[in-house]
Amino acid sequence: MSLTGKKAICFYFQVHQPFRLKRYRFFDLGHDHYYYDDFTNESIMRKVAEKCYLPANEILLDQIIRNKGKFKVTFSLTGLVIKQFRLYAPEVLESFRNLADTGMVEFLAETESHSLASIRSRTEFERQVEAHKALIREHLGVEPTSFRNTELIYSDQIGSWVADMGFKSIMTEGAKHVLGWKSPNFLYCNSINPRLKVLLRNFVLSDDIAFRFSNTNWSEWPLTADKYATWINKLAAKSELVNVFLDYETFGEHNRKETGIFDFLAHMPGAILKKTPFKFMTPTEVVDYLQPVSAINIPSPISWADEERDITAWCGNELQSAALDKLYSLSEKVRMCDDAQIKKDWEYLQASDHFYYMATKFFSDGAVHAYFNPYDTPYDAFMNYMNVLSDFEIRLKRFVPDSQEVNEMSKLNNLLKEKESLIDQLSSELDSLRKNSRTKKTAKGTRTIEPSLAGNMLLLSSSGTKTAKKSKTSTTTRTRKKK
Amino acid sequence: MRVLMFGWEFPPHISGGLGTASFGLTKGMSTLEDLEVIFVVPKAWGDEDQTKVRLIGANKVPVAFKQVHYKGFKRPIEQIEISSKIVPYTDPEQYYQKINSETTGHKLVVQTNNEGTIDFSGRYDTSLMDEIYKYSVVAAVIAQENDFDIIHAHDWLAYPAGIAAMEVSGKPLVIHVHATDFDRSGGNVNPDVYQIEKMGMDAASKIITVSNLTRDIVINKYNIDPEKVETVYNAVEPVKLSGDADINKGFDDKVVTFLGRITMQKGPEYFIEAANKVLKMMPNVRFVMAGSGDMMERMMRRAAALNITDRFHFTGFLKGKDVFNMLSISDVYIMPSVSEPFGISPLEAMQSNVPVIISKQSGVSEILTHAVKTDFWDIDAMADAIYAILNYPALSKMFIKNGKEEVVRLKWDNSARHVRDIYYRVIWQNKN
Repeated sequence: MSLTGKKAICFYFQVHQPFRLKRYRFFDLGHDHYYYDDFTNESIMRKVAEKCYLPANEILLDQIIRNKGKFKVTFSLTGLVIKQFRLYAPEVLESFRNLADTGMVEFLAETESHSLASIRSRTEFERQVEAHKALIREHLGVEPTSFRNTELIYSDQIGSWVADMGFKSIMTEGAKHVLGWKSPNFLYCNSINPRLKVLLRNFVLSDDIAFRFSNTNWSEWPLTADKYATWINKLAAKSELVNVFLDYETFGEHNRKETGIFDFLAHMPGAILKKTPFKFMTPTEVVDYLQPVSAINIPSPISWADEERDITAWCGNELQSAALDKLYSLSEKVRMCDDAQIKKDWEYLQASDHFYYMATKFFSDGAVHAYFNPYDTPYDAFMNYMNVLSDFEIRLKRFVPDSQEVNEMSKLNNLLKEKESLIDQLSSELDSLRKNSRTKKTAKGTRTIEPSLAGNMLLLSSSGTKTAKKSKTSTTTRTRKKK
Repeated sequence: MRVLMFGWEFPPHISGGLGTASFGLTKGMSTLEDLEVIFVVPKAWGDEDQTKVRLIGANKVPVAFKQVHYKGFKRPIEQIEISSKIVPYTDPEQYYQKINSETTGHKLVVQTNNEGTIDFSGRYDTSLMDEIYKYSVVAAVIAQENDFDIIHAHDWLAYPAGIAAMEVSGKPLVIHVHATDFDRSGGNVNPDVYQIEKMGMDAASKIITVSNLTRDIVINKYNIDPEKVETVYNAVEPVKLSGDADINKGFDDKVVTFLGRITMQKGPEYFIEAANKVLKMMPNVRFVMAGSGDMMERMMRRAAALNITDRFHFTGFLKGKDVFNMLSISDVYIMPSVSEPFGISPLEAMQSNVPVIISKQSGVSEILTHAVKTDFWDIDAMADAIYAILNYPALSKMFIKNGKEEVVRLKWDNSARHVRDIYYRVIWQNKN
C-alpha cells in the first residue's frame, strides 16, 4: 500500500466510575430499595478527582492553549461518571466543560451506563446510546459523532449497528489475534458497512504508559516524553495513524503523581509535535483526513481487556451468564414502566463493572485484578448483585405485572365480584327478614325461615339473634314470597 | 528413614479429625519410598488397616522392666496410679453420655496383666491422664526396642510418649499440632493440658501446625519461636461416590446441613440464628444439625424458642455411611466454627458435590477459594449465603464444579512430602 504522507495521532481517554452496590442482604428484599454504597462511591470519586481528573484536566487545558490548535485529545465520559460528578465533584464536570469549550476536544458517544447491552440486546443498546448522546449534549454542549463501546468491545455486527445509528467511526483494540500480519497503525473500516471507520488501539504504545510507566524493572524505565516521541517517530515510515487509548485514571491514580506521570503528560504534546511528523487529531477528523486501507473482519467480539482481548472478563462463567440473563430478561418490562426511580436503578445496574467483579478467571493467577473492587470473591459479587436484582424485580412487578399474573388477578377480581354480589343478595335478604321479624314482633304473626339462612343470621347479627330464634318457631313463608 | 510415630487412634477406631488426619498423613507417607513409618497407638484392636504402616499397640507391648531411663514429667512414674477426673478431649458421644449418667470417678491403676502388658482403653475418658502417662512408659520401651531416625507425635495426648521416646533414644522429636486447648475449650484452657502441650512444644525440634491460624496460637499463646513452627495443611482422602445413596429425600425442600460436634468450638448457635433468618424469608427449606455434644439440649431449646422446630432437625451423632447419606441430600454444608484449627469435613462435603460455607476462623479457609467464607458471628452474612446458594442455581453449580476441582488437588501425598522435607531438615540440624 502506498503512503500518502498524511500522519495522524489520536489520544483518547476513558473516564468511568460505576455506582458500586452496598452490601445488600436477602432479608432486605422488598424492604430496602436503595442499593448504592454512597460512602464508597463518594470517597472514591473524591479521591480520583483530586489525584487524577482535576490535575490532568488542568495540564491538558494548558497544553491545548499553549499549542494553539495543534494539540487535540478525545474523551469518553460514561453517563454514570457524569452523574457522579454532579453528585460528588461538580468542579470536575466544569473542567471538562472548559475543555469542551476550546473546541480541541472531541467527546465520544457510548452506552450511558458503560453497559454490556451490545452483546445482549440491540434495542437496549440503541436506547442507551441515545440516552448518552442526550446527556453529553446537555452537560458538555457537544454532539458526539464517533463511538466507543464499553471496554472497546467490538464485532462486525456491533459495528454495523453503530453505523446504522449514523456514527462515523468507532474505536476498538488492535488485537493481535484479529489483525494477524496487519498493522494497527492504519485506518480500517467495518466489513458490513464500510461507511463506519475503525480505529485500532496500538496496545504497545498505550500499555507503555498505562502499565509499564512506573515499573522500575522495565528495561526502558524511566520513560520520558522525548523517548516516547522517538518511538513514535520510528513508526512514521510505515504508518499513517497511531492510536493511544488509555483509562484516564492512568494519570495520577494507576501511576502516582510521584512517578512523574504528570510531567510526562505535560511534555508529551510538545515532544511529539517537535520530533515526529504526526498531527494530533480526533477520531472524527481522522475519518475525514485518512482513507481506510481495508475492511477488518472481526466476527466474534473483542475488547481491550486482559491478555485474551476477549469478553470473558464479563461473561466468561456461569455466574455472569446467569446474572446477565436475569438482567436482560427484565428489559421489556422496564421499557413498559415509566417510574423514574426504576429507570435510574435499571441504568445503574447495567454497569459492566458488576459483572467484572464476578469474573473467576483471575483466581488462577491470584492477581488482584479489579480496580476498586469492593468484593472479596466473585461469589460475593454475584450474591450481592442477584439480591439487588431480585428486589428490583419485585418492585418492577408492582408497576408491570406478569401477563400470567394479570390473568390471575382478573380471575380473582371476578371471583371477588361474584362473592360481593352474593353478599349483597344475602344481606338484602337478611334486612328484609329482620324487617319482617320486627313487624311480626308487633303483629305476632308466624312464618318460617330456611335453616341455613337462620344460621347466617345468628352469625351475622347479634341484635337479630332473638328474632331469629323466634322466627325459627314460626311457620309462615313470607320471605320467599317477597323474593 | 524410619519414623517412630505416636498417635492416639487409628481407623476404623476414630472419633474425630485427629485420627483421620494422622491416618491420611501416614498413608501419604507410605507412597514415599524413603520413608518407613512405625505407628504407635495406645490400643491396637487388631482390625486396623495395616497395609500401609506397621502399627504397634501400646497394649501389646510387654513391659518387663520398669526402670526406664526417664525424666521430665511433673510426676514420677510411681504416681501414675493416681486417678484423674479431668476430661480434656472426649469422644462426643461418650462425653455426652458421661455427663448424663453422672459417672462417679473410678480408680485405675497401672497393672500389667499376666503377659506383662498394660491394658489401655484406647478411648478418651476420665482416666485419660493416666492413660497418657501409661502410654509414655510403654513408649520408652518401644523406643528402646526399635531402630528409627526421628520421632513424630500427634497432638498433646501423644506428646509425653514422644518426649519419653526422645529421652530414651536421643533422636529428634517433631510434634504435630492438630488443635490446641484454646480451640477445644473456647477460652477455658485446662492448665494441666496446657502444661503438657507447652512441654511438648518446648521439647520438640520442630512443630508442625495444620494451619497458620494454629501456628499463630502456638507462637503467641505458648510463646514459641516462630522459626520453629511450620504449617503443613491437611488434605482429604479421595472418595468414590457410589451414586446410589441409601436414602432418598422424601420431600422437595432444600436441605442445609451442619455436621459436627455440637460444642461451643463449632458454633452451632450461629447456625440456628442464621437458619431462623432464612426461614423467615423462604419456607421450602429444612435445616439439619447432625452430631451430638454438650450444647445439644441448649440448641434444641433455642430452636423451640424460635418456633422453627418443624423445619429444624436434629439427627444425633452420625457415623460412616450415614455421613455420606446426609451429605448426598444436602444442598448446603455449613461450618460456622468459632475456632477450627483445620476442618477436614468441608472438604468431604465438597467431594460429595455440596457447596460449603465456612467461617474465616477455620484453618481450611486459608486454602479454599471456592467456598463462602464469613465470620462465625456474622449470621447475616451466613444467612445471606445460604439464601443465595439455594435461590441462584448458577451459584450452586459453580461452587460444586469448581469446589470439586479444587478439592481433588488437596492430596495427602503433598502434605507427606512437605513433612518429609521437615524431617530431613530436623535431622540435619540435629547433626550439626
